[in-house]
Amino acid sequence: MNVLLQHLPILPIVLPLASAALLLFLPQSRIKLRSSIALLTVLAQALIAAYLLYRLSVPQAGLLEHGVEVYQLGGWLAPYGIVLVVDRLAVLMLALTAAIALPVQIYSLARWDRIGVHYHSMVLLLLMGLNGAFLTGDLFNLFVFFEILLAASYGLLMHGSNAVRVTAGLHYVAVNLVGSLIFLIGVSLIYGVAGTLNMADLSARWAVIPLEERGLFEAGLGILGIAFLIKAGVWPLNFWLPRTYGAASPPAAALFAIMTKVGVYALLRMGSLLSQPDAPAPFGGPWLFYGTVATIWFGSLGMLAARQLTRLVAFSVIASSGTLLAVIAIGVAPAIAPMLLYMIASVPAGTAFFLIAGMSERMRFNSVSETMAPQPTTYTAFMAGEPAEVADNEVDEVGVAIPAALAFLGLAFVSCVILTTGLPPLVGFVAKFSMISALLVPAMDESSGDAWLLIVSLLVAGFAGLFALINRGMRTFWSTGRATPRLSLIEAGPVALLIVLCVMLTIYAGAVLEYLDGTAQWLKDPKAYIQAVIPSAEVPL
Amino acid sequence: MELIYSLAIGTFCACGVWLVLRPRTFQVILGLALLSYATNLFIFAMGRLSLNRPPLINPEAGSDPSLYVDPIPQALVLTAIVIGFATTALFLVMLIAARGFTGTDHVDGVEKGE
Repeated sequence: MNVLLQHLPILPIVLPLASAALLLFLPQSRIKLRSSIALLTVLAQALIAAYLLYRLSVPQAGLLEHGVEVYQLGGWLAPYGIVLVVDRLAVLMLALTAAIALPVQIYSLARWDRIGVHYHSMVLLLLMGLNGAFLTGDLFNLFVFFEILLAASYGLLMHGSNAVRVTAGLHYVAVNLVGSLIFLIGVSLIYGVAGTLNMADLSARWAVIPLEERGLFEAGLGILGIAFLIKAGVWPLNFWLPRTYGAASPPAAALFAIMTKVGVYALLRMGSLLSQPDAPAPFGGPWLFYGTVATIWFGSLGMLAARQLTRLVAFSVIASSGTLLAVIAIGVAPAIAPMLLYMIASVPAGTAFFLIAGMSERMRFNSVSETMAPQPTTYTAFMAGEPAEVADNEVDEVGVAIPAALAFLGLAFVSCVILTTGLPPLVGFVAKFSMISALLVPAMDESSGDAWLLIVSLLVAGFAGLFALINRGMRTFWSTGRATPRLSLIEAGPVALLIVLCVMLTIYAGAVLEYLDGTAQWLKDPKAYIQAVIPSAEVPL
Repeated sequence: MELIYSLAIGTFCACGVWLVLRPRTFQVILGLALLSYATNLFIFAMGRLSLNRPPLINPEAGSDPSLYVDPIPQALVLTAIVIGFATTALFLVMLIAARGFTGTDHVDGVEKGE
């Protein structure tokens, strides 16, 4: 047991990797065995994340000193070996990933895992990449985990391949390949100047880099930042996003909802580690702020213009990504905790939205054009054998159907609207309200124009989102002449689960905010992080 | 040597960017390949260019750091090559799939003006 506890931080990476590899060898026909292995792995991940969260938030149970645990891979010491760092932010992200992965995994069992091959392996590899990116304490390792999650996402996007998905996928892959190259250039520039890739070591060293090399170092960081911003979907680097998310199958799109947040996480982490008092932080300048405000407006306008529910949700993902990054960029410390709350509210809401969109698409399945139907020609190319004949928009007759399907869909839709636009009484409102009240302080006291701009943008984004979503909701659920969909419990349950999760977040908002406040404090002062990773480091503070 | 090396990186990069912006999928994939060559050479250069210096310690020559080149950029390049190779292969498959689905090799899946 002790050994297991000691190696707990690596499990969120190793477990999905092992299961994904195992699933590759099981024949496609053993559907039950495959899906139960995948489900159990995701469940185990959720339990691990919950346990780590518990260990961090309840100190007396903790094996974690100072709220941080460093796991040295292979026992190599920090600046030379690669470390995993378990801290409040990483665990929060792990828990968030697991919390949306579990419902999506259940939802996909309805039939989505059978419209292509190796669905479960790709999901598990995506989770491995996400978990690794959140845990790693090394920049190049971060690149590797980014690549793993991107490679898995390429596969997931193609899952159930049809013309729309493949052409959207071409753009997505091309953009992300260029993004990865930019990431590599940034990483190697940083290594060339600083001579280290360990994030804590960089943070300790960068203040003492000689002034004549500082420019090159900051250029490296700027290039790295662009790679993160492509991932986070910041305007003008996000034109690939709506089309990609709109084309993906619902469970894949639902998982993609957290992928933009990896970019946000990376910026937040690097920004926190490099915030030295005697030098301006290379992340979070005016250019980032105006770019992210433009992202909020772009997302809102896109929501108003979108004619398809999945595209609309994709634009709302952009708007929420912009909101998070704008709060990071403006650098108002008390707004960080509400920003994190907004993130853990908007990600499950976005996920639930994509799942609902998948279900309500079925209401108009007669009008779906021929091109949307999956064409299983590619399976033979991979020698995979054709999967069972299940079409995208086929009415599902398996599983227990739930009564009042339309009422359920409508209610779930309204809850998600309330969550994403930040209306009372759900947690989205708490988050937005505390963000704006934190921003009002600099807006009133220092009459800061940026703070006012952000407040106005947040409010306008909320109203635009509300208007667009209600408009779309009325057309989807109130118009006559549509078939009432038949929903099985296995599809409706996960959506209900996600919404219940958000309701729980609302009820326990006080405790959650307390944890997030601790996280914001932790991020504000990276000294403990550096000292935990490299005990001998002299922290210039 | 530095001048030639940096000119080579610049040429690769310029050709790569131009090709990536072209409308045919095959041009895009060639552009991506050229860009990844440029990036790999760039990473390699970040370990400083030097002649006759191995990255591994030779027990006979001793452990004087000035005899050796930094091994980390070489390891990074190796990883980057592997990952770049795999993703390019994947892109190639998608390119063929897109050609099969849409009947054109235009990146948007439709010819201009259609």
